Amino acid sequence: MVYLTRKLEFSASHLYHNPAFSAEENKRIFGKCNNPHGHGHNYTLEVTVAGEPDPVTGMVLDLKELKEILEQEITQRMDHRFLNYEVAELNGQIPTCENIARVIWNLLEPKISKGRLHKVRLYETPDLYADCYRNGAQGA
Amino acid sequence: MSGGLKIELGRRYRFSASHRLHNSKLSEEENCRIYGKCNNPYGHGHNYMVEVSVSGTVDPATGMIANLADLDSFVEREVIEPFDHKSLNEDVAAFRGNVPTTENICKEIFARLKHFPKAKLERVRVEETGNNTFEYAGEEL
Repeated sequence: MVYLTRKLEFSASHLYHNPAFSAEENKRIFGKCNNPHGHGHNYTLEVTVAGEPDPVTGMVLDLKELKEILEQEITQRMDHRFLNYEVAELNGQIPTCENIARVIWNLLEPKISKGRLHKVRLYETPDLYADCYRNGAQGA
Repeated sequence: MSGGLKIELGRRYRFSASHRLHNSKLSEEENCRIYGKCNNPYGHGHNYMVEVSVSGTVDPATGMIANLADLDSFVEREVIEPFDHKSLNEDVAAFRGNVPTTENICKEIFARLKHFPKAKLERVRVEETGNNTFEYAGEEL
């Protein structure tokens, strides 16, 4: 098995707020991230696809194809957007790193035509990230 | 397509500390041969990076595995405060009689963090320098 990883960056804003909580609870639980005007990050996404290289092309998955999938599914949907208001898949969810990583997984998994999606790692800052993978698949 | 999705949260922390690699059960020559420069009796220091990975259910109300403020304060109390700007050999009891290699530092940090009450500790990765990295995930690794 070979694991290939492609990286991309996007910039977006978000805020953490749960309407089921009181204003005080929102402030206590989410702290600075509860600022009603939102705030932004430069996100770095690493997408890992696992598979055997095709004996003819030598590729697990054509990187051009992966790049196009990422452009369509992620960059166009999330780059320079306000995640709470402009990304339908996050509707009703707090756009934490954990939830965005899972949304990205669900967007990408059905689009990977060769190999299989192994891991999505989303950095919100260089010191904070979330990983999403299938149970039991952690490794590379 | 086996199994459900698993989410982990990774967080990086930093501390600076000095250490000396020396085993009093070995002769001076053996210490020198095995540990080389790291056996310098005055010690030397590093900027360590600690990466902590936790897993758990994402709470639908908060979108979080664990509140970062809780994780940060736990790691600060258990690791950063006792290790930062310290001599690991002299100031951290766990390294009396236990050579403070990054392997042992990794295991000690894992032991200190595995009781984090809000999520499951998956693994600890420690970089001694940008070129050396050590990882420990408990005994099943």
